[in-house]
Amino acid sequence: MAVDRIAFRVREGEVFGFLGPNGAGKTTTMKMIQCISPKSGGTLQVFGMDVDTHHRRIKSRLGVVPQENNLDPDFSAYRNLLIYARYFGIPKREAERRAEDLLAFMQLDEKRDVLIDNLSGGMKRRLIIARALVNEPELLILDEPTIGLDPQARHLIWEKLRSLRAEGNTLVLTTHYLDEAERLCDRLVIMDHGKILVEGTPADLIREHAGNDVVEVERTQKVVARLEELGLNYDLAGDVVQVFTDRPNDVARELLEACRHEAAVTVRPATLEDVFLRLTGRSLRE
Amino acid sequence: MIVDITTRVQSVWRRNWDAFLRTYKVNFIPPFVEPVLYLLALGFGLGTYIEAVDGIPYPVFIAPALVSISVMYSAFFECTYSSFVRMYYQKTFDAIIATPVGIDEVIAGEMLWGATRGMIYAALMLPVLLIFNVVAMPSSLLLIPFAFLAGLLFAGIAMCFTAITPSIDALNYPSFLFITPMFLFSGTFFPLDLLPEPIQYFALATLPLTHVVAVNRAITLAAFSPVNLLNLAWIAAATAIFFVLAIRLMRRRLIV
Repeated sequence: MAVDRIAFRVREGEVFGFLGPNGAGKTTTMKMIQCISPKSGGTLQVFGMDVDTHHRRIKSRLGVVPQENNLDPDFSAYRNLLIYARYFGIPKREAERRAEDLLAFMQLDEKRDVLIDNLSGGMKRRLIIARALVNEPELLILDEPTIGLDPQARHLIWEKLRSLRAEGNTLVLTTHYLDEAERLCDRLVIMDHGKILVEGTPADLIREHAGNDVVEVERTQKVVARLEELGLNYDLAGDVVQVFTDRPNDVARELLEACRHEAAVTVRPATLEDVFLRLTGRSLRE
Repeated sequence: MIVDITTRVQSVWRRNWDAFLRTYKVNFIPPFVEPVLYLLALGFGLGTYIEAVDGIPYPVFIAPALVSISVMYSAFFECTYSSFVRMYYQKTFDAIIATPVGIDEVIAGEMLWGATRGMIYAALMLPVLLIFNVVAMPSSLLLIPFAFLAGLLFAGIAMCFTAITPSIDALNYPSFLFITPMFLFSGTFFPLDLLPEPIQYFALATLPLTHVVAVNRAITLAAFSPVNLLNLAWIAAATAIFFVLAIRLMRRRLIV
């Protein structure tokens, strides 16, 4: 079983994230929302319609950015959009207009007549997003939208996704990049082993599960002994000790003294990545 | 519902038609070159040693077989190797079923396209055969619509194999163990009744090409017999069965 008794509700106009390690059930959840993977029980409604009985009507209002590139290699960027529009039954004239607009929106005008194999990874990803918008969807589902992209390409995609949100679109996305989730998501869930562990806004989740700040120091016996003495909670992360605390300066001072200023002590704000690793553990998946 | 198909199936067919047109020069070579080569080598080369088969000049005897074989190959290979590439490597089917087009329509569209390709090939071969003066007119115009039905049969059979094949290499099994024997033993280059009687019945029962060749030969010779109705019935029934079976097998493969 890929997902087990999960429950969630996405609000209109928000960006909702699914986070989790490989095999957590994110992609399966996306495919169930897309009316592609069948479910063995429970109910799932999209736009208030049941996915089992109304798949065509739901899919006509969805935009999907899959994890794997499935652009059509037999055609150019522009014709990929036209042919995809045809699957939605969009008239040719209208499809041509939208294809031109979307290429401009995703900054692909210059690549209009280039075959898919000759596009870079970032361009392909942008074209897939353009393709997902061809039916003017009310809900956009993005499975790892920036996977494998360089920072420039990721920032461009983030900018475009934010502008889509500003126009009132609803976005559901999965990602492994926690900075991406923190930047984009209004609310998110963290999944593991097919279950939802927590749900909330990035800020609330950080406050609840990691505290405000993190003090990091090299792991030595003295440091660990001092932390035990102080009765502070700490996490071991390889050769680093992490202390999640609301009094970072006091803790840092204590630790600097304990290791006699021999090791570096850093104080930084807690991030979603801290929450993620605390909840799902540090062991490798798959 | 046995199969869930709406007019959206045409968008899948159109995708393949567009791809075919984009590379039309390559695609148009086989139907022009193949009949010329076969007619020269077998019909007028080897054929000089064969005066006539059942009173028919040898090139005239094999002409309908060449059309049948071309229809079989084009539809079968379209819906095995080409469909497998689109399904497995290009993920084209996944992309399409994220739209209002359903999986049944994707598979049906692929098979209808395979049939169309068979029909295009038959239509392109006809002028070549006319130049060699080996087919009767106007009855031979029927080769074209019949190629669609025959193409749909082979497309359906092909799609069943595509649905169950573990890999693209494993598609070589049906190609060599089913298609190649059919190419030789379906009354194509020598009459079926040269074979021992039990094998004749075996061929008629299990090799679809025998029926296709029989119908096409009746068309090109303008000599129809009541037996052709049986051939047509066999083809129609098998086409319907494999069409539905292919969709059901593909659903099992793709819906996970």
